[in-house]
Amino acid sequence: MSRAAALEPVAPLAAPAVLAVRGIGKTYGANTVLSEIDLHIRAGEIHAVIGENGAGKSTFMKILSGHVAPTTGTLALGGRPVAFSGPAEAEAAGIVLVHQEILLADDLTVAENLFLGRELTRRGMIDDASMRRLTRERLASLGSSVSPDAIVGTLSLADRQLVQIARALLESHQLVIFDEPTAVLTSEEVETLLALVRQLRDAGAAILYISHRLDEVEALADRVTVLRDGRMVGSFDGAELTQADMARLMVGRELSTLYPPKGAVAIGEPRLEVENARVPGFIEDVSFTVRSGEILGFGGMIGAGRTELFEGILALRPGRVGALLVDGRAVRIARPIDAIEAGIGYLTEDRKGKGLLLDEGMAPNLTLSALSRFNPGLVLDGKREEAALGETIARYDIRVRARGVKAGQLSGGNQQKLLLAKVMMTDPSVVVIDEPTRGIDIGNKSQIYAFVQELARAGKACIVISSEMQELIGICDRLLVIRNGRIAGELAGEAMTEDAVVMLATGAAGQAGTRGETQA
Amino acid sequence: MTDATMGQVRPERRLSVNWVDLGPFLALAALMVVGFLINPDFLAINNLTNVVTRSAFVAIIAVGATFVIASGGLDLSVGSMAAFVAGVMILFMNALAPELGTSAIPLGMLVVVAAGALCGLANGAITTIGRIEPFIVTLGTMGIFRALITYMSDGGTIPIDRSLRDAYRPIYFGDVLGIPVPILVSLAVAGAGAFILYRTKFGRRCIAVGANEEVARYSGVSVARIRTLAFVIQGICVGLAAICYVPRLGTATPTTGVLWELQVITAVVIGGTALRGGRGHIWGTIAGAVILEFIANLMVLSDFVSEYLVAAVQGAIIIVAMLVQRLSK
Repeated sequence: MSRAAALEPVAPLAAPAVLAVRGIGKTYGANTVLSEIDLHIRAGEIHAVIGENGAGKSTFMKILSGHVAPTTGTLALGGRPVAFSGPAEAEAAGIVLVHQEILLADDLTVAENLFLGRELTRRGMIDDASMRRLTRERLASLGSSVSPDAIVGTLSLADRQLVQIARALLESHQLVIFDEPTAVLTSEEVETLLALVRQLRDAGAAILYISHRLDEVEALADRVTVLRDGRMVGSFDGAELTQADMARLMVGRELSTLYPPKGAVAIGEPRLEVENARVPGFIEDVSFTVRSGEILGFGGMIGAGRTELFEGILALRPGRVGALLVDGRAVRIARPIDAIEAGIGYLTEDRKGKGLLLDEGMAPNLTLSALSRFNPGLVLDGKREEAALGETIARYDIRVRARGVKAGQLSGGNQQKLLLAKVMMTDPSVVVIDEPTRGIDIGNKSQIYAFVQELARAGKACIVISSEMQELIGICDRLLVIRNGRIAGELAGEAMTEDAVVMLATGAAGQAGTRGETQA
Repeated sequence: MTDATMGQVRPERRLSVNWVDLGPFLALAALMVVGFLINPDFLAINNLTNVVTRSAFVAIIAVGATFVIASGGLDLSVGSMAAFVAGVMILFMNALAPELGTSAIPLGMLVVVAAGALCGLANGAITTIGRIEPFIVTLGTMGIFRALITYMSDGGTIPIDRSLRDAYRPIYFGDVLGIPVPILVSLAVAGAGAFILYRTKFGRRCIAVGANEEVARYSGVSVARIRTLAFVIQGICVGLAAICYVPRLGTATPTTGVLWELQVITAVVIGGTALRGGRGHIWGTIAGAVILEFIANLMVLSDFVSEYLVAAVQGAIIIVAMLVQRLSK
């Protein structure tokens, strides 16, 4: 299974495991998302599970935490077979999950959140004093000095995450599962979190750490299990695995083939010029130009305001622009439709929340932004819509069993292709693509990259916003990095390296942690 | 990762029966069987025509409500609005009658439709410009319209002028080829509603706004405009229903249209339209309105339940319908 000659999967030891997973698999209809997973998670050990999006990590985690029942296989907790009918049972058995998203009530205090649904009482009345005292103790033991009386909505993301972890750990726990816990944190905050995870391990808990940040996994994991396409590539000793090994095992091929070759497209006249864009709370002052045939990337920390910059420019949120020129002509964008009519297409990062109508079929989604093109007289032309869908399916290689399926039933990759096709339906000359490959598998990723390059070749100006630095460096001709509401710097050609991007995004080494001020 | 499946997708053949869409019609058929078993007179042509005619007002208003609900709104003011615009129409007709005679009637009809459209525009504009929940806005206007009709009638009745009564009567009591006029009007309104909702840009956008406001906004759809227009359509439907209703009793009173909002929303919901928006079933709504009137009629024809409890049964139906929608999810 492993292509790395020196890396042999470690055979499960006979030593007792907190959780033994044997032959676990999950099938939805004809679709197998996970099969034949075997692993042991031991006390006092950090066991990382890595894999590309769609490799089956989240399904696996949902099975362990009782959210999803496996189709095949067994779980044994402390040597006894268990089958959870829901997350509450898994929690009662000592398996706690720290969610990736922050699931707290913003209007309640830290203490109220910690004890939500399990409030302590004294003679039938809420015992605030004890809850606040316990909250203070728990947070202190996690190295935090956040007040129990602080309103959660006023805390930084890092503090909220800590509260969430404290809440999870309030239950007695044998196994703690972290699901991408650092996705929203700055590098300094990540260090604090990693220290916390180590502390939990040293206190004797078994830790399952799910991430696709390979640097963290390398720094943290005692054991690493790699998933690919729903199957186990193997379990490896963490100390022997380099990041390059992990990447190769996850992807199953060399990364260099993922991106189309650069420099194949001639860059022409400016297509979009933006001067002095300002978005209250996010962007102070940003100006840029993107040319025909060019792919311009926007990088920066999560929360730096990249998405908000374009939502502001395109009138999707309040914002102000000094001047905006499309193909040299001044354009005023007061409503979202103005942007579409000016020839600017925006592909949102929130595919499911803002991009597609999940309960509708593919055709109504495809044509929603461009209904006038399908409305020759008074009536929508269903045949023309179907024809457009047929072309889209062929051109963007959307894989579906039947045309009548709802958009919500498509895989992430197919949804993304449909969304791209929807944006292109308005025939824009400038295409802004926010997180082009979030949550989609590697095969679809390389297709999307090829589509983006095709757009550039067709003379369109492309803007790519992404949190994945590899991706930005892989497909962009030029990169702008946003920090503190301004452009911190521009990179092009050989100068586009991960280090350079990080330096600009964080304000150079030593001054890391510049995210907080831009949070709404 | 190969292109084996590329371009191989065929259009789906839609021969399979969609039970969700058929549901209200099956319920209607079942109700007729039950009705016949309870009292054979129920299926007499005369009785059926009467019942369906009585359902016409609610059916017409409910077509408009299907737009409002499909686009993610809700209008509680329809009953009060119907009473108010009916009062406006009668006062207008009566004022013109001495001079114009019976030609005051068509002018009054134009006025009532315009008044309905304006009331709908008010509901829509307050909702979208003020960014207030439609539930609250229309709760407020429900009180306002009800108070206005009470004020206009001075707590009593606003009767239609004697000189107009005979000429106006056929709008409720007349028929074309044996089909009562209100039934024809409701079929025409439903036909127009179905056309707009299923075949036009506006209808498509209405559904999109109700299904996910953000997706619609990001697609360049003006959410406020679509929502407001849905309320205007609702107002026009209320005006049309008032036209059919007034000749029935010849008056508008402070109790005209009381609890119609319950019947209207119930008809829409049992017709298969989701209250959260994003789906609209015009013909299901019509079936829903007829079902409600059938049930009321059965309560009169049978001795099981007092007819004074009709509203209680209708209230129970909407709750049960919501539970069924929830559980079938």
